[in-house]
Amino acid sequence: MQWTELVVFSALFLLVTVLGFVAAKWQAGDTLEHLDEWGLGGRKFGSWITWFLVGGDLYTAYTFVAVPALVFGAGALGFYALPYTVVLYPLVFLPLVRMWSVSRVHGYVTPADFVRGRYGSHWLALIIAITGIIATMPYIALQLVGLEAVLRTMGLNGSGFLGHLPLFIAFVILALYTYQSGLRAPALIAFVKDTLIYLVILVAVIYLPSKFGGWSAIFDGAQARFEATPAKSDGILLNGNNQLQYATLALGSALALFLYPHSLTGILASRGRNVIKRNMVALPAYSLLLGLLAMLGFVAMSAGVKPITNQATGRPDTNTIVPVLFGQEFPSWFAGIAFAAIGIGALVPAAIMSIAAANLWTRNIYKEYLKKDATPAQEAKQAKLASLVVKFGAVAFIVFIDPQFSIDLQLIGGVMILQTLPAVAIALYTRWFHIWGLVAGWVVGMGWGMYLLYQIPSADGKRPHFGGSALALDKLSLLGWHPLAGSTVQIYVGVVAVAANLLVAVVVTLIARKLRVFNGTDQTKADDYHADEDSPNLRPAATH
Amino acid sequence: MRSARKSSLRWSNWNLLLLVPLLMLITPWFNADEPRVLGLPFFYWYQFAFVPVGVLCVGLVYVKTKDRPAAVHGKPDRLGVDDLDEGAN
Repeated sequence: MQWTELVVFSALFLLVTVLGFVAAKWQAGDTLEHLDEWGLGGRKFGSWITWFLVGGDLYTAYTFVAVPALVFGAGALGFYALPYTVVLYPLVFLPLVRMWSVSRVHGYVTPADFVRGRYGSHWLALIIAITGIIATMPYIALQLVGLEAVLRTMGLNGSGFLGHLPLFIAFVILALYTYQSGLRAPALIAFVKDTLIYLVILVAVIYLPSKFGGWSAIFDGAQARFEATPAKSDGILLNGNNQLQYATLALGSALALFLYPHSLTGILASRGRNVIKRNMVALPAYSLLLGLLAMLGFVAMSAGVKPITNQATGRPDTNTIVPVLFGQEFPSWFAGIAFAAIGIGALVPAAIMSIAAANLWTRNIYKEYLKKDATPAQEAKQAKLASLVVKFGAVAFIVFIDPQFSIDLQLIGGVMILQTLPAVAIALYTRWFHIWGLVAGWVVGMGWGMYLLYQIPSADGKRPHFGGSALALDKLSLLGWHPLAGSTVQIYVGVVAVAANLLVAVVVTLIARKLRVFNGTDQTKADDYHADEDSPNLRPAATH
Repeated sequence: MRSARKSSLRWSNWNLLLLVPLLMLITPWFNADEPRVLGLPFFYWYQFAFVPVGVLCVGLVYVKTKDRPAAVHGKPDRLGVDDLDEGAN
């Protein structure tokens, strides 16, 4: 047991717990009994709050432990996180402000709300809502993996149920203050989380390399170690086979990120278009941080870090390499701060994700099918309860099922959420696609994507299915036909599936238009997509 | 309903700058060890250099395409989209 680390960690954890509970009163509106207030913080966050909130939301604890772990294991490929988060903002800059405007005018809380309004189809909205919930659930579970990696590094590495107890306690506390304060809790905690993360990473990147002879020696050492391993795909550079995978994974992940309901929650909570635009300029500061962090994977190799064996599963957990590196190389009080940064880093996204999933449940399933006449107060109540269910579902996932299952599911979730691209992102620009085209495209993209993922064995060959998202073009098959047989070049499954999705959507749309099938009613108007905070056609927040 | 002439898009050529950061996805251009800077292989520092490139591109688009109700001073913008579009480009 590492007492100094535990004491520092607990003190900071206590601080954010207090913040989480007082957040309910922070910039409070007239009532918390409305989804605009509980689920979107009153739709009035300014540039700074949004920067911390969205930054804390997108750059999660799991990212902070998994990206260096991937670099530690595979080398250059793990660095895809940097191009991913650099191309992200230019790609979403224009669509996001349109999404904000139309959502602000019509009071939409979720991406499925928008689809419902745009196409007038609650079935299409249901598909989008369910995709969102299923993709988000394992993502929440993964935040627990990040938190647990830290707890186990500090010596709380028991076996069986007792081993999960610290995690359980942390999550009960989180569940309680999210229930009470809604989105204001993670918004306030994000200030602490991000400040700690910046502090820790900057110190780590400046201080650690000099201990191991500078970056040059670290990279040379890493290359020598990669050459000694039997795997051919690792190294400090990419090779002929994984370059396409690198680029498509970065692009596909960037396209997918703001389709996740929790990313959109942070955007919709902001006050106006300029807040979002300024953040698109300022958020890459986190990308820089993530790139620096990724390189700590190489530092961990130089430091001879050995991943801790998870006593609950009996396997070494590579996600512990960054916590172990910090524990090994930093004085214990600073290691405690570093662990707290990662641990609190898990709480912010977990809270926002559970709020986003709860909003989807409430708006697009509960209110749509179960209780059509629900009042705003009843909606808020339902969402609060749903956020509890979602969080305990995620804990159960980690405690009762192998964490590896969550990692597999998150991989699948990324491919799944990408299939909502035509209905959510493209629909912001045009209603050309027909409802039936969107549904057919979704079905094909989903089905084929899952099938292709199922066929991918893990890199170490131990598991035959769902072993990764890198598909060798040789394995690309369409009903038994292998158009690119023999090729060892790899590509990200998500972009293959979404390409098929779009193709089918176009074909079915053309047919449906030819047959003049009714294409739903559009409740949105052209002006709605440009409305800003001072526009006359806005609905007052938290009143309807 | 929607008239054919009323477009819901406001285009500015500055938006094309948003495509520039995508150039960093062309891996053959930078998949090399040398030259190193501060000990970092080319592969790594080249991609780090794209962070400010991305910020610059998005920042320029933001500044150059700020909604242009420039004709109205001191009052909230009450112009319709079509009126605004007259002034754009």
